[in-house]
Amino acid sequence: MKQILIISGKGGTGKTMLTASLASLAKNKVMVDCDVDAADLYILLKPKIIERFDFIGGKKATKDEKKCVKCGKCKQFCRFNSFDDNLRIDSTACEGCGFCKIVCPVDAIKMVDNISGQYFVSDTKYGDFVHAKLGIAEENSGKLVAKIRDVAKKIAIEKNADYIIIDGTPGIGCPVMASLAGIDLAVIITEPTVSGIHDMQRVIELIKHFKITAKVVINKFDLNLENCEKIKLLCSENNIETIGLIPFDSIVSKSIVNCMPLVEYSDGKISQEIKNIWNKINCKN
Amino acid sequence: MLPIFCINKILINDNNMNNYVISIASGKGGTGKTTVAVNFALSLNNVQFLDCDVEEPNANLFLNAAISKTIDALISVPKIDENLCNYCGKCQEVCQYKSLAIIPSSNNSKGIVLTFPHLCHSCGACVYICPKTAIEEVDKKIGEIEIGNRGDILFASGKLSIGEIMSPYLIKQVKKNINKSRNVIIDAPPGTSCPVIETVKHTDFCVLVTEPTPFGLNDLILAVDVLKKLKIPFGVVINRSDIWNNMINMYCNEENIPILMEIPFDMGIARLYSNGIPFVEKMPHYKQEFIRMFEQIKRILE
Repeated sequence: MKQILIISGKGGTGKTMLTASLASLAKNKVMVDCDVDAADLYILLKPKIIERFDFIGGKKATKDEKKCVKCGKCKQFCRFNSFDDNLRIDSTACEGCGFCKIVCPVDAIKMVDNISGQYFVSDTKYGDFVHAKLGIAEENSGKLVAKIRDVAKKIAIEKNADYIIIDGTPGIGCPVMASLAGIDLAVIITEPTVSGIHDMQRVIELIKHFKITAKVVINKFDLNLENCEKIKLLCSENNIETIGLIPFDSIVSKSIVNCMPLVEYSDGKISQEIKNIWNKINCKN
Repeated sequence: MLPIFCINKILINDNNMNNYVISIASGKGGTGKTTVAVNFALSLNNVQFLDCDVEEPNANLFLNAAISKTIDALISVPKIDENLCNYCGKCQEVCQYKSLAIIPSSNNSKGIVLTFPHLCHSCGACVYICPKTAIEEVDKKIGEIEIGNRGDILFASGKLSIGEIMSPYLIKQVKKNINKSRNVIIDAPPGTSCPVIETVKHTDFCVLVTEPTPFGLNDLILAVDVLKKLKIPFGVVINRSDIWNNMINMYCNEENIPILMEIPFDMGIARLYSNGIPFVEKMPHYKQEFIRMFEQIKRILE
């Protein structure tokens, strides 16, 4: 079983578009959307939710106002500015460290499990799909990513799947690192813009740090041919194969507004290019 | 004559009334946050620009500020003196982030202390709880803050080191550079989780940049929920506003969300962007649009 992650560094370079098409092309797979705080893959895969689970990401402080003697120790020791001048708790600032509970002389503070999101095991016409929704202004997206990947892996083992296809998140931080753990191949999708190149370089550094094999797809490659060449050069310097060039075409946004994976929406040259990309991922990895 | 404290008060109030801290966020990535932030900053006077997308800071590829100072961004992590430690394990018990592990001593072997500094949230509870005062806090670098200027625009940007996860802490440190005598424009990271919350928190107004696609709308709704929860006033910029239908306008009208600006798709803007050129430099009429947007924000806040 191979775990393939689609990642980008920069947001909006086409991760979800590519993931949905690969999900449509691959056989015998499980799909995961790791972008838990701005999840979009469900829009294209149209899942039917089979099971839903609460996700407990950590703990948060709560205070029994009847016991509180307003000594202010909680505010004094909290390093996350979670207490206002009236010693009320700002739950969006609380990181669940529990320091306030330790220093409270009257035992007025309790640490309670915090449901920071939900995750879902769904059925789609492409196969099993594990996805999630982080609660509003909640944290611990990295833990939620680790959780849904774990759930997907169990399903994949149980069903003897050949692939887990994973939509990644932008950036290089906590949820991205949780998405990268144990990946067999990272497909980096970038665009020939100064920011696309800059952000891809940071992702390449991260991937090297984790010693993961990567391949690169350049989206909207004809927007700037000079920058496209720079990306190819950068890839070859880092021993990364460039496996696809997707031209700029309004068909891509048309497929998205029609909520369909591009390879199903159109049979044109972009669709062909994505099929070639899948063959290159699939044949020699 | 007014007493000195009165004059001070008037001056402070005056500053607060004229200048605003405005964050630019989006939910979905790649909708044009940095483009809007940079071009907005270039259209106004008396501006400070902060790049809080510390995982992928790329505003300066467009702004080209000269960097005069680079500061290490540090967090405090525990260091345990094994000569003092009695392996009681209280630190491990109190740490909610599993960044400490203590294996107690047995008859024939000494105990073992393990620390995992990359998991540490710098809460300080372990230092407090240790009965042997064996734990001190030492600095650990998680990234860098660059400070500089482009002409009159003051600039600061955070860059997270590869392999670090504590983006919100770095963002907090970038925001310590906020200069309230300026109009502050803050470029936020994509998404709706902790780094975004840290960035938009305590800003006076948030501009949400989106695009009229199902992805853009879906992620806009998520971002709106976050801003409502944080009680931050906000408005919407629709980028590539003509690539599909008016779904964003309809949503904003229903929800009574002000639409601050619409930027139609323009291959010229896309190409300028690809080369790192802010479009107001080549299409100066957009400066008027951004000034008008600023006036609209001011009216909303008054």
